[in-house]
Amino acid sequence: MISYYLKLGLRSLRRNPILTTLMVLAIGVGVASSMTTYAVFRAVSGNPLPEKSAQLFAPQIDIWGPQSRAQGRELPDSLSYTDAMALMRDHKAKRQTAIYPVGFNAIPSDVSSEPFAVRGYAAYADFFPMFNVPFIYGGGWNASQDEARAAVVVISDQLNQQLFGGANSVGRMVHLDNHDYQVIGVTADWNPRPRFYDLNNSSGFTDAPDFFLPFNQAVGTQTETMGDNNCYGSAGRNPGFDGWLQSDCVWVSYWVELSDAAAAQAYNNYLQAYAAEQNRAGRFHWPANVTLRNLTQWMDYEHVVPPETRISLLLSLGFLLVCLVNTIGLMLAKFMRRAGEIGVRRALGASRREIWAQFLAEAAMVGVSGGLVGVVFTGIGVYGIGLIFEPDIARLAHVSAYLVGLTLLCALIATLGAAFYPTWRASRVQPAWQLKSN
Amino acid sequence: MMQIRPILAALRHHKAGTLLIALQIALTLAIVCNALFIIHQRLTHLSQPTGIDEDSLLIVQNQWAGRPAPAEVPSLLAADLDTLRKIPGVTNAYPSNTFPLSNGGIAYGIGHSPDKLKFTSDTAIYFTDENTLPTLGLKLVAGRNFRADEIGEAAGLDKIAPAVIIITHELADRLFPDGSAVGKMAYISNQPSIIIGVVERLQTPYVDSAMAQWSACSTLVPFRHLVDSTAYVVRVQPGQMADVASHVRAALYAANRMRVISAKDGVQTFAQVRATAYASDRGMAILMGAISVVLLAITAAGIVGLTSFWVGQRRKQIGVRRALGATQHDILSYFLTENLLIGFAGVVIGGVLALGLNLWLMNQFEVERLEPGYVIAGVIALLLLGQGAVLAPALRASHVPPVEATRSV
Repeated sequence: MISYYLKLGLRSLRRNPILTTLMVLAIGVGVASSMTTYAVFRAVSGNPLPEKSAQLFAPQIDIWGPQSRAQGRELPDSLSYTDAMALMRDHKAKRQTAIYPVGFNAIPSDVSSEPFAVRGYAAYADFFPMFNVPFIYGGGWNASQDEARAAVVVISDQLNQQLFGGANSVGRMVHLDNHDYQVIGVTADWNPRPRFYDLNNSSGFTDAPDFFLPFNQAVGTQTETMGDNNCYGSAGRNPGFDGWLQSDCVWVSYWVELSDAAAAQAYNNYLQAYAAEQNRAGRFHWPANVTLRNLTQWMDYEHVVPPETRISLLLSLGFLLVCLVNTIGLMLAKFMRRAGEIGVRRALGASRREIWAQFLAEAAMVGVSGGLVGVVFTGIGVYGIGLIFEPDIARLAHVSAYLVGLTLLCALIATLGAAFYPTWRASRVQPAWQLKSN
Repeated sequence: MMQIRPILAALRHHKAGTLLIALQIALTLAIVCNALFIIHQRLTHLSQPTGIDEDSLLIVQNQWAGRPAPAEVPSLLAADLDTLRKIPGVTNAYPSNTFPLSNGGIAYGIGHSPDKLKFTSDTAIYFTDENTLPTLGLKLVAGRNFRADEIGEAAGLDKIAPAVIIITHELADRLFPDGSAVGKMAYISNQPSIIIGVVERLQTPYVDSAMAQWSACSTLVPFRHLVDSTAYVVRVQPGQMADVASHVRAALYAANRMRVISAKDGVQTFAQVRATAYASDRGMAILMGAISVVLLAITAAGIVGLTSFWVGQRRKQIGVRRALGATQHDILSYFLTENLLIGFAGVVIGGVLALGLNLWLMNQFEVERLEPGYVIAGVIALLLLGQGAVLAPALRASHVPPVEATRSV
């Protein structure tokens, strides 16, 4: 019976081509705009490291005091070098790393090739196990190499392709500006998005980093940060690199791994005690003020989802709602126009339930057609998304089986929801009235 | 208008349809008002003038390979400027740390006290020389330009404490609201700098809304920045832009190849810089525009569909009315008035929804308070749209012949 109803539904759709086209297009466009913006939203709001996000934390320390906030500054989202080094020395977490972005020019040994710019991060040995960095050759350095300021480097798969043609380059030398580094590991393609450990410097959706090198080595060679360097009231800082290191300028990202809630609480207490100690020592002139956020809380705090993405999604959903209201109205018109036909069927013994099922089947056909149109429009939408969102974000949205399935499902559910009232009205048609007037 | 009572009576028999049209008009109004307002806000943002002569500017972003010592940088810069000036079509050039709309640079507080915690305004710092004003085409409204002998040097982490500075008019107004700034002192470090000139306008490198408060507050300092990366701002003769843009990278590499100028975006015309800087504003405007247009089309189509259905349903009644003496015009105005009544209900609800949506957006995002003009314009547009949409079915209704009344009763 259902298949018969579906066939009837299809036939009926062809009877009022304009009305039908209108309904199908409205659903298709509404669903497609919602799905396209949702694809972007999902891409930017995803958890970059689900298996560890509950154990990774970023601390903040109030280094500038309440006065800075009265002047519009927020609690800094990076640490000063002084604080970062103090936390590293105390080593209170299971794992911990200070991080900062650095940029060099790679100078190929082959003199005929031009130098090219590479970007990466200076970090501590714990960086690799903390963030589950996958390696294809070699591995990260160890803590004693951190201490020894070893001139070693972990390079990306991509840089390894560019410099060594993809061969196992462990032990080979890389020339970055005026220093040589020995390759100690080659990462597999690794670029968690958003790049949670660099949200204080970037939008989090840029290309994968080319290399990682020991933090102490980078500082030892006076490498400045490529990221933000925020200073407040630093007119008194001494000139030069050492003056910068000793200043209250904040530029170091800091991450710790803590296995459970108790460890997180303990670490928070430690941070409080550290800030209170700075207060007692006369460095901070205000009560201890620290925060400790886990990875997902940190992403919220840093507003990783651009406002454009959220507004687009919300207005697209509003748009879908209008399309559905429109569909309810058109369906009502379409179904009630056939009141006479319904009257005849009811008089011939069809139950209300059967009428209802028949019209619901017809609505389902509208939904499926709307879904197919929606898939096409979603494809066009994702293809043209570069016009609307910034390139780094636009390229994250793909047409996947998931998105196609979701579009179809969404169209079907939305249409059936919209059809609820019109089909109910159709099933309530009084046969006597209809038969009388004909 | 005397028809209003019978229309209301008739509408009571079409509660669902009436409600749906009104609801659709209300939601459309709420969304379209806010979408148009967002478009307006974004277009205002992206059409802010930088104050520079954008059409004739080319930006070359250069990085020295091998990390030359600060002492070596001045001669490298001088050689590059020489190379640039020799390219046919180039009229002037200067090296800087950054340029308007680049989204990166140095920002300081500027004020009347050496205590940096007591600053009057934030300001962007541009490293410049005596060629900056003519290259950018900045208009000096008071004082004078830098002299060549005033241009100093500053290494990466050196303190920026210039003896003389040039500031923008907006910044001068903030520092000295009641008088000329030229010749007065201001602090960007803990040492005073004398303001020697004021330019009409120069936007900061930042387009982020968080820094919009001081987007016209720039300070020019007479320094060469002795660091690895330099932005050359190049002024090109009219009509020569494409030519210069395609040759400049090769010319610089030919002079010295220990450098990196990205093949992808190392050389950009200012038009490209602007397009990149405001990409997300433009994208939002496009998306909101598309949503508004399609939404209005769908609402219009919905009104046509439902009204057509009503006309079809009421053919007999229309025939009876015509037979009893109603003119074609009476029938036409009946349907137009009916739509207007529904439209009114819709826009009243929609106006409230629009303001509610705006309040919520203000709360969640950096959206400003909706200007009432947008709601009024939206109301008028939707009422007109409704009348336009209902016209075709209403005309069809008015052509129903009186003889229809005699059929099939």
